[in-house]
Amino acid sequence: MSDPTQNAQPKPGEVQTTGHAWDGDLQEYNNPLPRWWLWCFYGTVLFSVLYWIYYPSWPVGESWLKGVGTVDYTITDKQTNQVKEQEFRWNTRSLLAADLSEAANNEKRKAMLAQVKAASFDQIVKDRHMMDFVRSVGKGLFGDNCAACHGSGGQGVVGLYPNLTDDDWLWGGAMDQIHQTLVQGRKGYMPAFGAVLKPEQLDDVAEYVLTLSGEAKPSEASARGKEIFHGPIGGCYYCHGADAKGVPSQGAANLTDKIWAIADVPTQKTLQDKKAVVKGFVTKGVNNTRIMPAWKGRLNDDDIKLLAVYVHQLGGAK
Amino acid sequence: MRHEHIETNSGLMILLILAVISIGGLVEIVPLFYINDTIEKVEGVRPNTPLEVRGRDLYLREGCYLCHSQQIRPFRDEWLRYGHYSLAAESQYDHPFQWGSKRTGPDLARLGGKYSNQWHVQHLIAPRSVVPQSIMPNYPWLLTTKLDYSDVADRMRALRATGVPYSLTQAEYEANVKKFGQTVADQLDISQAEANLLKEARDKNFDGIAGQVTEMEALVAYLQSLGTMVNFGQYNDDAFVKFR
Repeated sequence: MSDPTQNAQPKPGEVQTTGHAWDGDLQEYNNPLPRWWLWCFYGTVLFSVLYWIYYPSWPVGESWLKGVGTVDYTITDKQTNQVKEQEFRWNTRSLLAADLSEAANNEKRKAMLAQVKAASFDQIVKDRHMMDFVRSVGKGLFGDNCAACHGSGGQGVVGLYPNLTDDDWLWGGAMDQIHQTLVQGRKGYMPAFGAVLKPEQLDDVAEYVLTLSGEAKPSEASARGKEIFHGPIGGCYYCHGADAKGVPSQGAANLTDKIWAIADVPTQKTLQDKKAVVKGFVTKGVNNTRIMPAWKGRLNDDDIKLLAVYVHQLGGAK
Repeated sequence: MRHEHIETNSGLMILLILAVISIGGLVEIVPLFYINDTIEKVEGVRPNTPLEVRGRDLYLREGCYLCHSQQIRPFRDEWLRYGHYSLAAESQYDHPFQWGSKRTGPDLARLGGKYSNQWHVQHLIAPRSVVPQSIMPNYPWLLTTKLDYSDVADRMRALRATGVPYSLTQAEYEANVKKFGQTVADQLDISQAEANLLKEARDKNFDGIAGQVTEMEALVAYLQSLGTMVNFGQYNDDAFVKFR
């Protein structure tokens, strides 16, 4: 073990040892630290002291050292709507308040927002700068609030959530209609005909509905279905329209195009399967499953307006 | 005590090393137990209802916390994406807290009310049916497994032992009425736990299956409660800077 008595005094020019000798003769050199390194070390010590004075640091008793650093920010009072200048001690929360009020693009963003707010839908669409703004801000809003159901590109999910990129709109695809859908939400409803019509009548109606978009050829069955669709027994035309092109105020689907929002007809291979899918919806109706939430109150009016324009320009706008 | 003496007695050296390295912890951590100024004074934060308690247990069982955090940090990007940063007060009844440490999926601290119950059910059964690029696993058994709520009162009693104000006695109940109001206090009454759980499941029907209480019911109830207790509309954006 160590034996300090063996600690030989260094001769001039020799490197000093630590003074221990292990296993008889095993010694350790004691090289001093380079001077530059030592000064850097003292520098970090000094830095830590300054850091500790400026920023919040040690807990002390029932409080903590809060630091002398401050942050300036502006804040809008929610009650009085007044913009206040504030100074507060440095912490991550006041730093965020400063970040939110003084971010580089904030002024530009506010100016653009004021412009969009004042403009009508038609004016926004015609103005390239405003549309650039709508696309860049709208993408974030859409991704955060709408994409979970309608998909990040607005493609929707067949049978669950409508596609926003085609030109088929249950509740209307004009900008003010989209705006209204966003503000008040929508609730899709179709009565169940399972108890009203006989099974063979349901078959006939389903076959007729398929002829409207060319999925089936007109037949005797579809002719009987047509009677029911346009007659008092079924009364489908009340909501879907005499031309079966849908009525946006009812949220009733256009049945004459090849776009299917709820019944997944396109992926069915045989006519029988297609009929079965349509018949299923005629039998059971649609209730409490097709709900678009109201966004008024959750998003502010400006965001809703931006989203209405953004959704309108996704591709299938009217 | 000589240097050599310490170096040649490993037991003594271990004790002295422990003493030295614990100084940092003692100085930095222990005072935090006595600092109450960092817990924000806000209205609305309440302990979970019995159904939410079971939902939270499932959140833990399925390991949701491994991919999802529940803590929005005070950064501009997080503020814009998720909403108001999380407050210490919001997890005061959370034992253990679910802040998490990894975001493979998004933060869930303000998930409540953002999507419909129907969306949650669909998304938990088959995430890719609504979010094609998602890498979240499917949890189809949640909808087919009946919720075991037989021990919900015991679970609340255990939480009570950690300081969550679920009430056992009349005095505790009355204190809750004063603190949270009648409606919430009723939910915190341990003797009514099972009845409350069944009533909430029946009234709100989170899983969309009437007359059945599935595990989905509890989990969606819990998810829909996340981050909804404080109404941030009534506070200015800098209302909580003074607590740091």
